[in-house]
Amino acid sequence: MSARTTGAASGGVANVSRRGLLAGIGAGAFVLAVGLPVATQAQQQKAFGADGMPNGWRDDPKIFIAIAEDGTVSITCTRSEMGQGVRTSIPMVIADELEADWSKVRVVQATGDEGRFGNQDTDGSRSLRHFFMPMRRAGAAARTMLEQAAANQWRVPVAQVRAANHAVTHAASGRTLGYGALAKAAAELPVPARDTLRLKDPSAFKFIGKDATGLIDNRDITTGKAVYGIDARVEGTLYAVVARPPVYGGKATAVDSAEALKVPGVLKVVAIDPPAVPSEFQPLGGVAVVARNTYAAMKGRDALKITWDDGPNAVYSSDTYRASLEEAARKPAKVVRNEGDVDRAMAGAAKKVEAEYYVPHLAQAPLEPPAALVRIVDGRAEAWACTQAPQVTRTRLAQRLGIPEDKVTVNVTLLGGGFGRKSKPDFVIEAGLCSKAMDGAPVKLTWTREDDLHHGYYHTVSAERLEAGLDASGKPVAWLHRSAAPTIGSIFAPDMKHEMPFELGMGLVNTPFVIPNIRAENPEAPAFTRIGWFRSVSNIPHAFAVQSFVAELAHAAGRDPKDYLLELIGPPRIVDPIALGDVWNHGEDPKLYPIDTGRLRRVVETAAAGIGWGRQVGQNRGLGIAGHYSFVSYVAVAAEVEVDGRGRLSIPRVDIAVDAGPLVNPERVRSQMEGAVVMGTGLATSAEISFKNGRVEQNNYDSYELTRIDTAPRDIRVHLLPSNDYSRPLGGVGEPGVPPVAPAIANAVFAATGKRIRQLPIRDQLTA
Amino acid sequence: MATLVVNGVERRYDGDPDMPLLWFLRDELGLTGTKFGCGQALCGACTVHLDGAAVRACQTPLSAAEGTKVTTIEGLSPDGGHPVQAAWRDLNVSQCGYCQTGQIMQAVSLLNDTPNPTDDDIDGAMAGNLCRCGTYPRIRAAIKQAATKGGKT
Repeated sequence: MSARTTGAASGGVANVSRRGLLAGIGAGAFVLAVGLPVATQAQQQKAFGADGMPNGWRDDPKIFIAIAEDGTVSITCTRSEMGQGVRTSIPMVIADELEADWSKVRVVQATGDEGRFGNQDTDGSRSLRHFFMPMRRAGAAARTMLEQAAANQWRVPVAQVRAANHAVTHAASGRTLGYGALAKAAAELPVPARDTLRLKDPSAFKFIGKDATGLIDNRDITTGKAVYGIDARVEGTLYAVVARPPVYGGKATAVDSAEALKVPGVLKVVAIDPPAVPSEFQPLGGVAVVARNTYAAMKGRDALKITWDDGPNAVYSSDTYRASLEEAARKPAKVVRNEGDVDRAMAGAAKKVEAEYYVPHLAQAPLEPPAALVRIVDGRAEAWACTQAPQVTRTRLAQRLGIPEDKVTVNVTLLGGGFGRKSKPDFVIEAGLCSKAMDGAPVKLTWTREDDLHHGYYHTVSAERLEAGLDASGKPVAWLHRSAAPTIGSIFAPDMKHEMPFELGMGLVNTPFVIPNIRAENPEAPAFTRIGWFRSVSNIPHAFAVQSFVAELAHAAGRDPKDYLLELIGPPRIVDPIALGDVWNHGEDPKLYPIDTGRLRRVVETAAAGIGWGRQVGQNRGLGIAGHYSFVSYVAVAAEVEVDGRGRLSIPRVDIAVDAGPLVNPERVRSQMEGAVVMGTGLATSAEISFKNGRVEQNNYDSYELTRIDTAPRDIRVHLLPSNDYSRPLGGVGEPGVPPVAPAIANAVFAATGKRIRQLPIRDQLTA
Repeated sequence: MATLVVNGVERRYDGDPDMPLLWFLRDELGLTGTKFGCGQALCGACTVHLDGAAVRACQTPLSAAEGTKVTTIEGLSPDGGHPVQAAWRDLNVSQCGYCQTGQIMQAVSLLNDTPNPTDDDIDGAMAGNLCRCGTYPRIRAAIKQAATKGGKT
């Protein structure tokens, strides 16, 4: 078995994984390739898809499948479960090809070990997109080995036996052996060559594409037995919380821990060194309190007297920063896409429309805050962590503790939500440092909700300026989009002030509209806090601006917004993302994953038909629509809103249509889309993180308001575009549902009230 | 010294009487099905029953739990077979699942008081329980399903 691997992306602009990103910075590969000849861009693309991810992929059945003599099939899931259903869906793929009885399948969670398992970064909506085929092959190879073992035992040609439903049968003689009885002999056989494998015809799938498989963790979750990072316990566990600098880059200059140490149960106060800034995945520094229980640790922390030096980021305030972003977006800036002559077309336009949009910082705020348990025994560190990045966690923990990586084990628990926050292992390192300070005793470190909101890796904040020139018929002849937003690159390298290719390729440069003159620009935007991945990332502000602006143009042209959007998308055609200036394309091969405007049209039409576009909705109500391509999937949302006499917004209905290619687990795809509508509603209507003097102004769920059952859309209908052709590549599912939600709601608000929403969240804008 | 009955077992604690029940359950008893989400009774992840009524364990000091009977998710039913738990599984309500033990405890309390809740009843009873994954449509459906199958304990 020679699993194909690729090293950490060496300057690959095209396929920026979160770690490729690290490697790339040193290599200076962040220089956007716009302006370079297309051939040069292509040469930089070394590998796509799973091949382009650090440590690539594996499909060796011996890595993923173990069969016990009682027939129990243990399937190792290498990706982190954070609500997307991956611990159910990946085993479904293997079990289907394996012809396993689902009732005999159990799932084992892999530790962080990419040398063995291939890439484990659970992000970018790519677990099934990248591992569907490798997992099918692993299952098919194991099935073949079981068949061979039975044929050997019966001394018949392998072609005469057949595996089905957890047993191998020789029809001619009527003999049957269960998988358990064959397991030992099968495991000793060589793994068949990849090109000899007989994959199932999709018409024979039992689990893939079907709705019948319940969540593998259902019983544990509903009985309280499920173990998340915050729940991990071993004998003798101690508990810790950390007082962190209130301003990013600040440090403690004086610490008086006398009162803290008097709190019953408090054992020790531990200084954590401040990191170099930008701090990447390192802890923010500060003072940890280790105690006999979490409450004592929190009380001890309250009793600390710390003098902080805030450092230069104390100047960061959201109101003035917003003004600076808007100012930057009003001036010519770095050109990141340019077709035709926008200035000339704009000058000759019959009508000019312009608008500015603002989307604030957001916090992922998973219900389970960052938390981890670490112990160090005999020079070996062991962690239990709710991490989206098991291998990165292992590497960083090893580096910071000064322990060789092969002596560091990262056990991956369930994640109580991730949304990008748990891709960063700073909290696990904190737990490791506390354990080290306690001579290796197991320390569970918990972030409070206030810690989570005050010391996050925030979704970027952005000012988006759109200008368009319309001809006499109302058709756009010129389109200018400037996006000013601090980049995620700023946590990795100093002076990163421009959006990186992967951010530009999230709906800024790759908007596939049929407009002859298009220019996109990206002004500088320095970062004053930690910017991080938030589910859907830069697609959120870009889609909000673009899809709102399309509705504004429709209004200016006196046209129906849905028809106008379809006209801008244009006729069904295949668009090369590189031709649009998107050298990233979500890491995928542009030949395999071009932009298909026919698919984008279809989801828009499906969402519109679902909600009954054009129907009379009554007074104070309105319909809005938006469609967006992201994570190589196509999603459109149609929303119906009501704004009552006092300006209170409610959302009685949302239809969301998705074309994510062939689906493994449609039941979970529906669930992800329902959740995306709710999360999109939250960022559209109520959620905002703001800074004053370098400090986050929100403390908990009272001031950082998320959607609740009574404010969520009451009726959410998910429309899955059918696709039974499993030879086609899979699209992403976890993230692409979110971006079109906010503009659909904002467009519906305009239809209901005539009030145009240009900044999120809507909050009390309708009561004025 | 606080004495209380947790899932039918008498427990004693002679530490800080201000300690919220949440941390006693989690750190002292190892009953980690009751979750920490906010510490301020804003999210409902720590919902347990205190003498049959749903409360937020993060805002219930042990001194206030003295002499009470506490039921956590681990004690809701011997085999996880409570109709609300069964409905949650049947409809695959969970995504990450973290908030769901609190949601279930709150839903059981709702159905004990209101066996056939309307949508408004559900909104009223469940609005204190956050779900960041956004499983609300299925929570609503599961409560209704449990109601038809006798959600009352």
